[in-house]
Amino acid sequence: MKHLLGIENLNKDQIMNILETAVSFAEINQRQIKKVPTLKGKTIINFFAEPSTRTRTSFEVAEKRLSADTYNIAVSGSAIQKGETLADTALNLQAMGPDAMVIRHSVSGTPQLLTEIMDCSIINAGDGFHEHPTQALLDAYTIWQRKGGFEGLKVALLGDIYHSRVARSNIYLLNKMGAHVSISGPGTMLPKEVEKMGVTVEKLPKYAVQDADIVMMLRVQNERASNLLYPDVREYSRYFMLTPELLKLAKKDALVMHPGPANRGVEIDDVVMDGEQSVILEQVSNGVNVRMAVLYLLLGGSDK
Amino acid sequence: MKRESINVRKVLLNESEMSKIIDRMVYEMIEHLSMLKNVAIVGIRTRGVTLAERLIKKIEEKENVKLATGTIDIALYRDDFCKNLSSPQTGPSVLNFDPEEYHIILVDDVMYTGRTVRAAIEAIMDYGRPKSIKFVSLIDRGLRELPIHPDIVGKVIETSPEDKVAVFFKETDGEDKVVLG
Repeated sequence: MKHLLGIENLNKDQIMNILETAVSFAEINQRQIKKVPTLKGKTIINFFAEPSTRTRTSFEVAEKRLSADTYNIAVSGSAIQKGETLADTALNLQAMGPDAMVIRHSVSGTPQLLTEIMDCSIINAGDGFHEHPTQALLDAYTIWQRKGGFEGLKVALLGDIYHSRVARSNIYLLNKMGAHVSISGPGTMLPKEVEKMGVTVEKLPKYAVQDADIVMMLRVQNERASNLLYPDVREYSRYFMLTPELLKLAKKDALVMHPGPANRGVEIDDVVMDGEQSVILEQVSNGVNVRMAVLYLLLGGSDK
Repeated sequence: MKRESINVRKVLLNESEMSKIIDRMVYEMIEHLSMLKNVAIVGIRTRGVTLAERLIKKIEEKENVKLATGTIDIALYRDDFCKNLSSPQTGPSVLNFDPEEYHIILVDDVMYTGRTVRAAIEAIMDYGRPKSIKFVSLIDRGLRELPIHPDIVGKVIETSPEDKVAVFFKETDGEDKVVLG
């Protein structure tokens, strides 16, 4: 495996291999000295053409703990603002000889395009509405550590499915691993024919949450929803916010997950977000383990 | 993980020979340990861990002591990480003691180039600065590429780089033997 573009083209064994490798890195992240020399001398560029706190920091922490040299590029402060095309930027970065590039871009398919332009490993850190594979992998790692497996779990996925690359990657992954996904959200936020992805669509969140092992919330993406997809925030939260009452319908030991950043009081109630069932911050910690595993598996070995 | 099948040219040690050698190593280690306080025995993944477990059990029975133990994985410390065909399998390291306070005895099944031991020493140093590190190996097959030598060794054999030396343990492979392939 050279690139990580999405979950769609991974198989079950590859996913399990990433999760199992992440266990070693979890141990390193507990140590006093959180660094190993594995990627010494490797150059990694983090190219984030969209805002990000968690994912960018998480990748950078992962890279540095593996001893790679890292460089961050944001759109503001880069020559893209001067009108350089993405392809030209990519070719110029390639000329500096990086071993990997982590890319986030608002246009779906950008990472795939870069694999055709550049020689280095490309890691998708979120492209448009398409995929966000490392998020799905860290969610899977969290579920695997807490529940011991995936087979037969019911996962409720609530909110703006249409604009969510996190939702797409998670649906692919959970289906491959044998979990069952029930989705619910405003009709305007569900993609057409979403059932074909192998999920159950529920009109009301309570049916999706009923007896769920995992309740996964998605962020209301105001920056992507150019046309108003729901009348107003209050109405959205009245019908689709994860409240303590709604959560009671799930299994007693159900986990509450959210990829962040969360809109408190819009898609998730404060009490639930900070409650005992919430593993939201655990997801963030696990993100570093999983990204270290991905970098380790992609950058190890040689093609020669 | 069970061993992959190997084309056995010669059995170097059978079960009873292996058992006698391990017993002798235990006595050497006890003699050595009697001079030290705070000793920890750390196996190198994966066959080193099995050997370490046996040594620990025997020493604890004979001496009526409780030893500190650990496991070290060297995959992330290999000096050929970027030259191998693929990323080696890795597992977590576990050191359940404060390395700064202990004399560490590293255990592996076969000593060869010395590169594994070097990586293991570097891995341990990331946890802290142990009082000392010694190295124990069941087989020393020679052909060192680094100036590193075992302190206690079960059996020395002469090999060429093309040879494969494989140690089988009952716990992981169903039988005790050492073969040349």
